[in-house]
Amino acid sequence: MLTFENLSLRMGGFALAADIEIAAGQVTALMGPSGAGKSTLLSAIAGFLTPDGGRVMWDGQHLTDVQPGVRPISMLFQDNNLFPHLSAAQNIGLGLRPDLRLSSEQSTTVAEALASVGLSGFADRKPGALSGGQQSRVALGRVLVAGRSLVLLDEPFAALGPALKDDMLDLVKAKLIAAGKTVVMVTHDPVDARRIADQVVVVADGAVSAPVATDVLLDDPPPALAAYLG
Amino acid sequence: MAHSPVAITARWPGAAAAALVLLLTLGTLGAVAWRAEWGSGLAPADWAAIHFTILQSLLSATISVALAIPVARALARRRFAGRQLLITLLGAPFLLPVIVAVLGLLAVFGRDGVLNGILQGIGLPPISIFGLHGVVLAHVFFNLPLAIRFLLQGWLAIPAERFRLAASLNAPVGRLLEWPMLRAVVPSSFLVIFLICLTSFAVALTMGGGPRATTVELAIYQALRFDFDLGKAALLACIQFGLCVGAAFLAWRVTGRDQVGTGLDRVVQRWDTARPAVDAFWILFAALFLLLPLAMVVFRGVPGLFDLPDSIWAAAGRSVVVATGSAVLCVSMALALALRGGALISVIGVLPLAASGLVVGTGAFLIVFPFVRPSDVALLVTMLANATLALPFALRSVAPAIAQVLADYGRLAASLDLRGWTFIRLIVLSRARRPLGFATGLAAALSMGDLGVIALFAGQGEETLPLAMYRLMGAYQMQTAASAGLVLLVISFALFWLCDRGGRADADV
Repeated sequence: MLTFENLSLRMGGFALAADIEIAAGQVTALMGPSGAGKSTLLSAIAGFLTPDGGRVMWDGQHLTDVQPGVRPISMLFQDNNLFPHLSAAQNIGLGLRPDLRLSSEQSTTVAEALASVGLSGFADRKPGALSGGQQSRVALGRVLVAGRSLVLLDEPFAALGPALKDDMLDLVKAKLIAAGKTVVMVTHDPVDARRIADQVVVVADGAVSAPVATDVLLDDPPPALAAYLG
Repeated sequence: MAHSPVAITARWPGAAAAALVLLLTLGTLGAVAWRAEWGSGLAPADWAAIHFTILQSLLSATISVALAIPVARALARRRFAGRQLLITLLGAPFLLPVIVAVLGLLAVFGRDGVLNGILQGIGLPPISIFGLHGVVLAHVFFNLPLAIRFLLQGWLAIPAERFRLAASLNAPVGRLLEWPMLRAVVPSSFLVIFLICLTSFAVALTMGGGPRATTVELAIYQALRFDFDLGKAALLACIQFGLCVGAAFLAWRVTGRDQVGTGLDRVVQRWDTARPAVDAFWILFAALFLLLPLAMVVFRGVPGLFDLPDSIWAAAGRSVVVATGSAVLCVSMALALALRGGALISVIGVLPLAASGLVVGTGAFLIVFPFVRPSDVALLVTMLANATLALPFALRSVAPAIAQVLADYGRLAASLDLRGWTFIRLIVLSRARRPLGFATGLAAALSMGDLGVIALFAGQGEETLPLAMYRLMGAYQMQTAASAGLVLLVISFALFWLCDRGGRADADV
């Protein structure tokens, strides 16, 4: 369970308040107009922003004083999710040991992860020699091996074409949820939400609303979301 | 207010680097100020030194910039084979050991030089290179390329469309486009060169001297080495510092915008190119003036190369050790400061620009003198001072790259718990390899050619290659000096090339 307890974030003239719970083991989509604070909320969960008030909890554990790298969280950003000078296997290995001193067991885990995302034989390729879709698969492979239960997706597939993006979303559902992880993703597109999200959280007008089942919400969107969806 | 709490690397290395820079700049200055004998006031000779320092700097900067204008214009509007090579070579004097260049200039303009040979052949009296015109000549040799690069950048920054518009209007390009550009670029270029000439000790040491051609820095050296008058040396060092700070402040005020940006390999299409002979003359003049002395070093140095005494090779070994240590220290400091970031750090990074090697050296001499024999720590102090003096140039190359790495991958690294030395080893050293290699090479070459601090400290047993060369020249052993100069030249460029190359080879971008 991901809990926001009277969370308040302020940056310049921008303010966001959240006091909700998000169920574990599911895919939750954050939707709302641009600039409403979806990515800001993800940053606060990941630990890149210190809240001005309230706190974030995961499984009853306070995260506020925990460094981003030690939180039980994997995050994929809009871009730069791979280090261009490291091979696909090394990029995945970072999820197991940040200093890349892998045991033989861990190397096996990396190879399994590569196979799992359909990249057997690509272990030694560097990101520059991989297509956009393959790069996304490597990033997902790293999330898969990292022993971290909460996954934050800040539109990492936005630059892919529609078909590739659907593939990636299906992979998220098939691999990450199957592995028992909880996924919170930012999206602009109701089609993406309907594809894999169990529930949607609307971020609009400085507030974060409680999650609602995806179909229920999108069939009858609240005014703030309706205006955005057009 | 929400803020980012993430620190990927520890803060103490940056603080340590900053402390070392402060110790070597402001700390040595403090030692100098404390020890200076203000009561005695300035002797007429001191006033003469101040006067000469300013005069030679003004003349050198004026001539460098004035000659650079036609050369830069020619390079900006002409295409010819070897243009790119020539522009690359214009960067070489920055790495060139001063003493080697002086040797080359002597071979061309000196008593037995090429020029006097020609003059004698046509029955004219020989000219002497020593004194004011020698100092100015050497400074123009070093700074003309710099001025050309500054102005060329100015020329190439004028958008091509404006030249097209001027051509279609049949308007005078000079008054409409070039004059306003020059008015913006010339003052800052002039001041930067003026500042460089204020603090160039080795040129004054070799080309100047005597009561009518002594700079303040040379006077410091003489007070310390020959008269062992610490109070007077300290007083002169304070004056030198005042001159530098004044000029640095002016340069900083005038140099508003950063002049790096456009590539120098661009040729803008022009329509005002009627007289190619004039441009050809200037390009030829610049190429000859810069390349002939270097060619002479090689020409005169090769014959004696295999007869060099062991002491020269030992000095070369010491120089390589000092240069390597200085380069590693300098780039480590630049890396630590860049990773830490912040406004204070950027101030500390430019502080050494206002410091002169001789002032730093005098201060360091005063600090260590009560405790150890200065010659015992000559190489260590030289290494520290060289690393600090090269820091602004290293930072200029390293800091933007580090900022880019942190902007691109800081959050990803933080979320993967990739921190500290692991982050530097796995990410920074790979991502910022090119600028790090370039900065290492630069710092190594600058330290290799240094003839400043070492001259204050060294005895016979600690001499570096430039100092050994200077002593050979003082003993009129020009043949051996030329060969030693060739060795120094080759090692300096080789060190730079190796490091720069190491940064480029198989770099993944």
